[in-house]
Amino acid sequence: MIGGLFIYNHKGEVLISRVYRDDIGRNAVDAFRVNVIHARQQVRSPVTNIARTSFFHVKRSNIWLAAVTKQNVNAAMVFEFLYKMCDVMTAYFGKISEENIKNNFVLIYELLDEILDFGYPQNSETGALKTFITQQGIKSQPQTKEEQSQITSQVTGQIGWRREGIKYRRNELFLDVLESVNLLMSPQGQVLSAHVSGRVVMKSYLSGMPECKFGMNDKIVIDKQGKGGATDDSGKSELGGSSGKQSIAIDDCTFHQCVRLSKFDSERSISFIPPDGEYELMRYRTTKDIILPFRVIPLVREVGRTKLEVKVVIKSNFKPSLLAQKIEVRIPTPLNTSGVQVICMKGKAKYKASENAIVWKIKRMAGMKESQISAEIELLPTNDKKKWARPPISMNFEVPFAPSGLKVRYLKVFEPKLNYSDHDVIKWVRYIGRSGIYETRC
Amino acid sequence: MPAVSKGDGMRGLAVFISDIRNCKSKEAEIKRINKELANIRSKFKGDKALDGYSKKKYVCKLLFIFLLGHDIDFGHMEAVNLLSSNKYTEKQIGYLFISVLVNSNSELIRLINNAIKNDLASRNPTFMCLALHCIANVGSREMAEAFAGEIPRILVAGDTMDSVKQSAALCLLRLYKTSPDLVLMGEWTSRVVHLLNDQHMGVVTAAISLITCLSQKNPEEFKTCVSLAVSRLSRIVSSASTDLQDYTYYFVPAPWLSCKLLRLLQCYPPPEDGAVKGRLVECLETILNKAQEPPKSKKVQHSNAKNAILFEAISLIIHYDSEPNLLVRACNQLGQFLQHRETNLRYLALESMCTLASSEFSHEAVKTHIETVISALKTERDVSVRQRAADLLYAMCDRSNAKQIVAEMLSYLETADYSIREEMVLKVAILAEKYAVDYSWYVDTILNLIRIAGDYVSEEVWYRVIQIVINRDDVQGYAAKTVFEALQAPACHENMVKVGGYILGEFGNLIAGDPRSSPLIQFNLLHSKFHLCSVPTRALLLSAYIKFINLFPETKSTIQEVLRSDSQIRNSDVELQQRAVEYLKLSSIASTDVLATVLEEMPPFPERESSILAKLKKKKGPGAVSTELEEGKRDGGELNGGAERGVDAAAAIASNASTPSPSADLLGLRSAPPVGSAAPSASSLLVDVFSEAGPTAPSGVMDDNFLSDLEPPSEASDSLLVEAPSDSDSAPNSSSFGSEESAPPLPESDELLNKFVCKNNGVLFENQLLQIGIKSEYRQNLGRMYLFYGNKTSVQFVSFSTSVSCPGELQSELNIQAKQVEPQVEGGAQVQQVINIECLADFLEAPLLNIKFRYGGALQNITLKLPVTINKFFQPTEMSSQDFFQRWKQLNLPQQEAQKIFKAKNAMDSEVLKAKLLGLGTALLENVDPNPENFVCAGVIQTKAQQVGCLLRLEPNAQAQMYRLTLRSSKDTVSRRLCELLSEQF
Repeated sequence: MIGGLFIYNHKGEVLISRVYRDDIGRNAVDAFRVNVIHARQQVRSPVTNIARTSFFHVKRSNIWLAAVTKQNVNAAMVFEFLYKMCDVMTAYFGKISEENIKNNFVLIYELLDEILDFGYPQNSETGALKTFITQQGIKSQPQTKEEQSQITSQVTGQIGWRREGIKYRRNELFLDVLESVNLLMSPQGQVLSAHVSGRVVMKSYLSGMPECKFGMNDKIVIDKQGKGGATDDSGKSELGGSSGKQSIAIDDCTFHQCVRLSKFDSERSISFIPPDGEYELMRYRTTKDIILPFRVIPLVREVGRTKLEVKVVIKSNFKPSLLAQKIEVRIPTPLNTSGVQVICMKGKAKYKASENAIVWKIKRMAGMKESQISAEIELLPTNDKKKWARPPISMNFEVPFAPSGLKVRYLKVFEPKLNYSDHDVIKWVRYIGRSGIYETRC
Repeated sequence: MPAVSKGDGMRGLAVFISDIRNCKSKEAEIKRINKELANIRSKFKGDKALDGYSKKKYVCKLLFIFLLGHDIDFGHMEAVNLLSSNKYTEKQIGYLFISVLVNSNSELIRLINNAIKNDLASRNPTFMCLALHCIANVGSREMAEAFAGEIPRILVAGDTMDSVKQSAALCLLRLYKTSPDLVLMGEWTSRVVHLLNDQHMGVVTAAISLITCLSQKNPEEFKTCVSLAVSRLSRIVSSASTDLQDYTYYFVPAPWLSCKLLRLLQCYPPPEDGAVKGRLVECLETILNKAQEPPKSKKVQHSNAKNAILFEAISLIIHYDSEPNLLVRACNQLGQFLQHRETNLRYLALESMCTLASSEFSHEAVKTHIETVISALKTERDVSVRQRAADLLYAMCDRSNAKQIVAEMLSYLETADYSIREEMVLKVAILAEKYAVDYSWYVDTILNLIRIAGDYVSEEVWYRVIQIVINRDDVQGYAAKTVFEALQAPACHENMVKVGGYILGEFGNLIAGDPRSSPLIQFNLLHSKFHLCSVPTRALLLSAYIKFINLFPETKSTIQEVLRSDSQIRNSDVELQQRAVEYLKLSSIASTDVLATVLEEMPPFPERESSILAKLKKKKGPGAVSTELEEGKRDGGELNGGAERGVDAAAAIASNASTPSPSADLLGLRSAPPVGSAAPSASSLLVDVFSEAGPTAPSGVMDDNFLSDLEPPSEASDSLLVEAPSDSDSAPNSSSFGSEESAPPLPESDELLNKFVCKNNGVLFENQLLQIGIKSEYRQNLGRMYLFYGNKTSVQFVSFSTSVSCPGELQSELNIQAKQVEPQVEGGAQVQQVINIECLADFLEAPLLNIKFRYGGALQNITLKLPVTINKFFQPTEMSSQDFFQRWKQLNLPQQEAQKIFKAKNAMDSEVLKAKLLGLGTALLENVDPNPENFVCAGVIQTKAQQVGCLLRLEPNAQAQMYRLTLRSSKDTVSRRLCELLSEQF
């Protein structure tokens, strides 16, 4: 289990230090600073072993969070906890920065006391935490006994993530499918690797203790239904089978703690009593039948030792009615570049010397279009005979659909006690596909 | 050097550096650098030419970026362009960039060399200096190739500025160090040496560094620098502190220069010219005097500078090692520093004293500080100083203070730092051995050593203690008692068990009389440690057990039980299993006689250089070795080692397989060389004992490696095991002895006697019935002789008896005791007789051996002369040529000399002669006689009554086939007898 938790600023100064177990000494703090933060080479592994002590770290902007342990812990659990901790801190005081941490150090210690007990992670649900850890300072009047006992019973109860007696005039529900698509493509257009990692994020404002059921075009579910429904409607199943795009194969998924896993295991249905406010319902990953929103076609030609001609074409590959946004293409330049001339038909392109790259930005682009940039790069002859490594061309974008092909089929809400039905709930669904590491070799 | 004017400062550079300093993160820094690099690239690429200022600025930025750890792969050309600028600052930056970034590839090197050449040729001293500095900083082979010829010219040119000369000297030094083959001084040599006379002190200082380095390579060429250096030194030393103005450092005139001069002088022997030497001694005395003066300043720099000169002067005095007066003064001065507040001074004082201790003049003076050094060892806080103190104690040790020093070192060992423990252990072991007067003290010390620091006691140390115990009869009993007591401790170190096992196995009988250490108790004590030990120790213990069976027959059943147990006889370790099986068989099959022979007490080891010493030398490196050697020189005969050295030489002969000495085979079995008990094969076995491999007998049969770790000279005995039952005629070597012994036996003949003058082992007598082999060893005035009577027939000899008699005067001169032999000798068997001989006074005749037995009813009566001659009691003495001739002259009375001129009987082979002379027992002195053909020997005849020194000179004349032999000794009878004996040998 986690023996201690430290937060450092970019200089390696300790901002927060919380030790949960005796086997972690003060010198562990310095060991991490010396061996990771101030290491001569950049430390890439998120797990570092120093003197039989394991350090798990994540970095948020200039802040390092490190969990320390001497035991053989589940590393995935530790990282999950660290991410959760970042989420909690963001929920309380916004961006994680040195200043914010310094300003909220009392709060952070309070939170650490609550979400980690003797190194064992506890309830880290922001909604629940906010009921009893507040930023208002000490209220002049302490909470009433009833309130206190209510909080206690909720936090320690079976449904710790939702308190009873919530009432909304308008029952509303927001559902976002956020996906990031990763790609590595060869210059000839072969896909070398591609996958989508997605999240389903919900924001619910529902009264009482509603029971929700979420359905999507999961291949297993569709096939099962198709089989079951084959007797009553064979044509429909055929249609689903032949299109292929109707269902997606999910490689793996994880759920929020509110989802009843037993039901998912047996029926593969996702049913849950949602927390109040914003939360992440599930995470998933797919690798098959990914819709690649953009295709990058690079053309690099070396003209003698002192000149390089680059031509890059991008093609959007989705419905023309949809619009991609925030498109950015990054074309690396050789290290001995001495001057660049760029011509592009659309958007703006600029040579950024500090990053050794040409950055081409397009605000909006509709589907099934193509655009082109060409650049002339002047080179300075060098003594080194080393060849330029030709890093891949990378791309950023945002598209209003799920590249994995995921579709929300339904989200049903039942609240037997209160008097509203599924139809009374206003539901909003949104798909956003973003680029992860989207690279094409040149 | 022209200062960089304010207006010339590079603003862009300053802004860039401050930007980098202000970067919050590494990423930001890299971004800023990338941006700057792109900027510089575009500037360098740009079509319009850059002016000198911007070029300098950008090159400077590149340099800064490079020093931050980023790769720079352009801008070299611009830097080279800067070299040809006329502005100092631009040139300087150009040179800086080249010095830091140039790599020896590329076309650029030609351009650079060209620019440097131009600067060297210019008359501008600053530019010349810049160029020289650049050459020195790069210092590559290419640079040396290009400029090695040019720089000496600049160095000695009359019109060169002083500062340039300085740079040139140092630059040349640097080139010489990287590629000495390219820097040829030749014609410049004398002019470079004369730089020592230069007016400018800076030039002298730089030149001295160069000369010191060069003269180490070819001292002859630079010999003239000695007198120049001495006069320069005396001028500095005698100058007042105000004379040298700029070169006076805290009231000390030119301390660096003085140190360098003194160091240069250390490359040469003392000057031969009396005047120069006198002047130098005067200087050294002045320096020593100055050290006594009260300090002119309280500043630490003042005393540092003064002491630096002083220590350098003391090093020189030690190097010369010829001025007793100065040496003693230096020693006293160092003595004062021993208690100085400054740790560094104490360290240096101890270090210098270490070398002083090895000089014969100052050894006594150093010894007076023993108390201080001991207290330093105890109380000093700094570990390195303690180490030096320990070194010094080791160096100053001699017979008079050995006990005290060893005791102190032992007590220090308990608290010593782990890093130096092993070395300390070795030193204690060596001192204890070297200066041991009383060997029980030695045994105590080493056992203590093992007790205190067992882990650090290397194999060599305990091998050595065993060697010494075996070789010294007088301590064997004591040693057995002591190890027995030591083993009784509940926890004792494995090394202790090894020593204990070995010694009890050999000499357990000596303490078996005491009921507290009865054989069984001894065995149980040893066996209680058995299971705690590693395999090699267990193997040793098993050998000790089998020895116990021999020593104490009553323990036989117990030990056999142990050997028979599954844990031994089925041990997974092959070595242990083999031993257990073989020992068990040996103990159950062999008769007591055979057992007694096989497991006979170890004969003395041949003396040789202590293996510990070798180990220490290896550890300490060459420096320590020279100290050792010097010590050996100084101590001469005082050391035990000194006395043993002659035996050493003999052992060397023994192991020299090519020695063509016509040694008769012992019972026709194997070549048995003439020295001590150590046969060549035996000594190779000894090597086994002392090499780490130890018991690695490969085969399972009872070959002679079988008992290798315990039975080095077991050859006679194990050959018995193998060969005795067979007829000796059938032995493969029999032909060799047959031919050698073809002469008919002549009883009571002197010829037999003469055969054994120069050897100790061989066949004394042989006829159809009987063969008598002999094996003898002598130490000081004592001797032990083993006679082997072999029955060559298949019929039993009965009423076999032998007697040794001393006719006439001999009775009072020799004391001979012979053990009785068994009256029956089986056919084909061999019996052994031990004869102990003590020499009371010098003697002429040889004792008689009478053998009587009945063979087939006929009484046989044979009388022989026992080959005991006066020369057997020789102790070899090593001495220098000077000593030899001094003593030779002292023995000038006519009766003291015996001379004989005789014709050679054998071929005059110098190797054979050498072997014979060594066999005689004397030390063969090399390089003493001016004529290398001649042989010169020295030795002391040890009798109980007195010691007779004896010198020998043998002059062969190859043409005439004649020898002239001259002997001088303090006693006339000895001279004559030896002359007589020897003249028959060649």
